[in-house]
Amino acid sequence: MPLLELMDVHARYGPIRALHGISLAVDDGEVVAILGANGAGKTTTLRSISSMTRTSGEIRFNDKRIARRSPEYVARLGVAHVPEGRGLFPELSVWENLRMGAVGRRRGGNFQADAKRFIGYFPWMERRREQPAGTLSGGEQQMLALGRALVGRPKLLMLDEPSLGLAPTVVRELFATVRRLNEEEGLTVLVVEQNATIALDVASRAYVLEVGKVAVEGTSDELQRHEGVRKSYLGY
Amino acid sequence: MAIPARPALPQLDVSPHVRALILAAAWTIGTLAVILLIGLVLTQTEDVFTWSGYIQQIVSGLAQGAIFASLALALVLIYRTTDILNFAQGEMAMFTTFIAWSLMNHMPYWPAFVLTLVIAFVGGAAIERVIIRPVEHRPEIVVVIVTIGLLIALNGLAPWIWGPEVKPFETPFSNGTTEIGGVVIAYQDLGVLAVTLATVLLLWAFFRFTTLGLVMRAVANSQDASRLLGVRVGWMLALGWGLAAMLGAIAGMMAAPTQFLDANLMLIILIYSFAAAVLGGIDSPVGAVVGGLILGVLINILGTYVDFIGGELRLPAAFVVLLVVLLIRPQGLFGHRVVRRV
Repeated sequence: MPLLELMDVHARYGPIRALHGISLAVDDGEVVAILGANGAGKTTTLRSISSMTRTSGEIRFNDKRIARRSPEYVARLGVAHVPEGRGLFPELSVWENLRMGAVGRRRGGNFQADAKRFIGYFPWMERRREQPAGTLSGGEQQMLALGRALVGRPKLLMLDEPSLGLAPTVVRELFATVRRLNEEEGLTVLVVEQNATIALDVASRAYVLEVGKVAVEGTSDELQRHEGVRKSYLGY
Repeated sequence: MAIPARPALPQLDVSPHVRALILAAAWTIGTLAVILLIGLVLTQTEDVFTWSGYIQQIVSGLAQGAIFASLALALVLIYRTTDILNFAQGEMAMFTTFIAWSLMNHMPYWPAFVLTLVIAFVGGAAIERVIIRPVEHRPEIVVVIVTIGLLIALNGLAPWIWGPEVKPFETPFSNGTTEIGGVVIAYQDLGVLAVTLATVLLLWAFFRFTTLGLVMRAVANSQDASRLLGVRVGWMLALGWGLAAMLGAIAGMMAAPTQFLDANLMLIILIYSFAAAVLGGIDSPVGAVVGGLILGVLINILGTYVDFIGGELRLPAAFVVLLVVLLIRPQGLFGHRVVRRV
């Protein structure tokens, strides 16, 4: 039984159809990537899972039907969604942003201990805890968004285009951190990326979307060898 | 995997607390300087001018301004969380003051005061849930019309329930005056100042130090991001309306003893409070309080010392000041242009 399962999910923005029946699954402990060009429906897929978009079809998470509920309901079940643009609170401090990560989680737990543990992955945060999040650099903001998601102890982490607007070295660091979190904490990750090279490097499996449909799916190795994927998304 | 150290910006060298302190000190010194300067001008222009009389006007202006500040704070609170200018804020305050009046016929002042705050909180939250929520996602103009409708409804409902005649309203403060260094100050003014400032401080502590306060600030920052973290945004908005209604109730109960209680108690006060909120920068709680106090002092001094303004032209005079400030500083005194880097 997969942790997350989408079955024939359709979504639309007003009259414009964005998803034409997507089916995908993520198992516990996996890193899965969703690849595709602009407008392929990658972001909409994540938004559908988070109930931020009107959908039809079935979405199951941890054995519960979560389609057409509310973003807060899905979040409280243990889905941490770091949206495009990171969704930080620019006027709140780094530390306050982190604290916000823990307000919605269901099991109590010790925020201080969790914060300490996850800040270990981003040592600079300790020194900058009073700084407004809006004044951090793009890479730092993405790390903070990731740290905030982790403090909520999610069962599933969803990242929407984490590499967007970041320098290549920062992107590599970010994905290295995601890989470590997966290996050391057993974190399940669903990541949407345009940068297919780096996403396939970290993910074990991937789905390639084209105009709102799954065009290709397979393990990262298979996709790296797949001729169409190579030509369209990897550039060689 | 350390992030390469980035040279700190010069203005980030001091901690935000130190910067806030410096800012507060600068404001205090600046305000005192302005007060002194206006006083010095008045010694030249007025035939009979006493410094004690001048300071007396400032204190009663502060008391008046504290009432504007409470209501302005209520407006800012709702504006920040929901982007709505609540035109009914004043009438909600008036209505709760009538409820306080009814309660005070049956019990002593302070129990009635507290009970009124509770009723105001519940009522404010209920108004958000029942009246505002259905139109929340409609264009702003629709929401504004709804709040204006609420204004008219409450303005008509109050005399229908409590009768059209003006009512005297009890004050918990004694009627006399005290003298501090030759300045005669009414206990009423001191009491109003104390109550409103205590309220503002409590509210500040709530937002600054409690988790619920943090969540409300986050919702004001971004509703979508809050939802994705599992925050029940709807309830936070209702909570904001409840708190705003409480602030309004305090403003109403503080204004009623000197203004007398009828359905139009808050109409003019609401206009001043809008001006105060805009003067302070519509998104800044500190600005709303400072704006309210400045406006209160200003209209009092203008009304007293500038003959052609007198009692009648205070409101237009206040708006001339507002206009001048906004020409120089369009975001208001404390309104910020958000710092953001991508």
